[in-house]
Amino acid sequence: MTAPHIKIENLHVSIEGKEIIKGLDLEINGGEIHAVMGPNGTGKSTLASALMGHPKYEITEGKVTFDGEDLLEMEVDERAKAGLFLAMQYPSEISGVTNADFLRSSINARREEGKEISLMKFIRKMDSKMELLDMDESFSQRYLNEGFSGGEKKRNEILQLLMLEPKIAILDEIDSGLDIDALKVVSKGVNDMRSPDFGCLIITHYQRLLNYITPDKVHVMMQGRIVKSGGPELAQRLEEEGYDWIKDELGIEDETVEQA
Amino acid sequence: MSVETNETKIAFDQSYVSDFSKQRNEPEWLTELRLRGLELAESLPMPKPEKTKIDNWNFTQFQHVVEASQVEKVDDLPEYILNLIGTEDRTDNFIVQRNSTPAFKQVSQELKDKGVIFTDIATAVQEHSDLVKKYFMNQAVKIDEHRLTALHAALLNGGVFVYVPKNVEVDVPLQSVFVQEDGEASLFNHVLVVAEDNSSVTYVENYLSHSDDQASVANIVAEVYAGPNARVQFGAVDNFAKGITTYVNRRGHVERDGKIEWALGQMNDGNTISDNTTNLVGDGSYADTKTVSVGRGEQKQNFVIRVNQWGKESDAQLLAHAVMKDSASSIFNGIAKIEHGATKANSEQTERVLMLSDKARGDANPILLIDEDDVTAGHAASVGRMDPIQMFYLMSRGISKQEAERLVIHGFLAPVVKELPIEGVKKMLVEVIEGKVTK
Repeated sequence: MTAPHIKIENLHVSIEGKEIIKGLDLEINGGEIHAVMGPNGTGKSTLASALMGHPKYEITEGKVTFDGEDLLEMEVDERAKAGLFLAMQYPSEISGVTNADFLRSSINARREEGKEISLMKFIRKMDSKMELLDMDESFSQRYLNEGFSGGEKKRNEILQLLMLEPKIAILDEIDSGLDIDALKVVSKGVNDMRSPDFGCLIITHYQRLLNYITPDKVHVMMQGRIVKSGGPELAQRLEEEGYDWIKDELGIEDETVEQA
Repeated sequence: MSVETNETKIAFDQSYVSDFSKQRNEPEWLTELRLRGLELAESLPMPKPEKTKIDNWNFTQFQHVVEASQVEKVDDLPEYILNLIGTEDRTDNFIVQRNSTPAFKQVSQELKDKGVIFTDIATAVQEHSDLVKKYFMNQAVKIDEHRLTALHAALLNGGVFVYVPKNVEVDVPLQSVFVQEDGEASLFNHVLVVAEDNSSVTYVENYLSHSDDQASVANIVAEVYAGPNARVQFGAVDNFAKGITTYVNRRGHVERDGKIEWALGQMNDGNTISDNTTNLVGDGSYADTKTVSVGRGEQKQNFVIRVNQWGKESDAQLLAHAVMKDSASSIFNGIAKIEHGATKANSEQTERVLMLSDKARGDANPILLIDEDDVTAGHAASVGRMDPIQMFYLMSRGISKQEAERLVIHGFLAPVVKELPIEGVKKMLVEVIEGKVTK
């Protein structure tokens, strides 16, 4: 198996005719963890949703290749089957569909007919991943995200990550609304995935998650593009000094997409 | 004398009806009731379901009685019926009716010893005449409501009677399977469930037919009486093919601290009028109504789910979920009526319609009629399409669009599916839903 690879070139994304991402380049390889940071309203979550194929976002220009294939030509489920995963900031609630049924359908969607995962194997895997994430076993029979607290939803996204074992995962503000204990649990889950066969894009505006998941590269997003990249020390400096020094350095007055 | 229902005349007169009653060895009160029904059917108007025109529906073309055979042993029943009653998990107590003929029945000795009656309606009126008379079209559904209730009494040809005496708790489900085997055979089916004080029972019924081409009529009345502190769980899966026009009226009467819980899977393919009303008469009485339906093809349906509350601190929970596809059209009227004096009563209702086609029509109308100040009531109604964000979420995990839709629909209809207490029936409903939404 070759190491996963996603390459984004000159990406432009609009929502309802308004351009949010304005020429973004980024490349992630297996074994790497990238963090995209930035203040609110700079287009970070748009990047995450657009890559997965969210129906509200329109890609107006640019190219994304995933393991050499044109990602933007693929349907949402094909992107997932190719190995892309998005842990969502606001996961949907689906009434009447249990977490376990949903996950089994997701796993089996990747397998050929007649080669579905056996029930025993599935249950064993789910039990062990739920234990890793400190999730009560009742979660497997609860309806998908229905009535879950914010923190429970985040944990459930990470459970899906661990069950589906994608090649490239995008974590969209997986840390927002989490207390420190939950943050540690979620980080443990992500660190558990680390391998040369797994690449990760973490979207956050707090540095604190990066205390638990050390990134290889840190990118700062402003006005719908990446304006600065560096190593873990960049995140550290942002934590200590905020974003103003970058704005000064680059002559940016308003970092949001609105004013650019 | 003849009865004119629409433009066509039905060839049933007094002598036909009284002969029919005599052949069946019925008590006099029933013969009289039938004749009164016939007479009323001449003068009474048809029901007027709101927003649904039924002028052109077939209520007249059918064969009143088509004989079907009884079987000696349960295993002589056709396989599709055996599947419904299950094999390993089969209940000890069930009745199978083919057309209007009771074909097989089985009740455990244990229940008989407790005084529980579970038998076909023809036997019941002979063996328990007074008991049936006390409740039959007397407490819940009245013969003179409109032409179809009157005709129901006149032409009654099938059904079952369930009687649970005081303080008896029946902890295994009772099951009826009503099958229309011949496409032109009618069903004038009456189900009477009586649970006396402090008793409890679970009853589940299936209606089934196969002919899409031959026209016939099902005129079904179910009356459910829950006495003081009694509890009745009533499950049903209606699965008539396109040829049958259905009028189904399931009505509950609940005394003090009694409970009725309905779980109705309404999966007919033909035109259907369904009225499910529960009267919460006693203080502290409770009704829980859950109904799911799928509309497809050209079919037209009208559903009323209604709870009338007289009892203080009575509580009504109504839920209707429906999926609409093709050019089907359905009206859902959820009615909460709280009478003056029903203080501290509560009523909650939810109607949700999921539209899968531009040509389908689905109306959800929550109606609150409240004549008492000291009550709580709530309602929610929505008609909408498949949520694209939900679809995106499911598909982002690799699930295909088709499978994602299937999951959402199953989830949407799950509230009733999971309430059904018999595995075979539950499985059947899931299969019917599957068949209806994917084809």
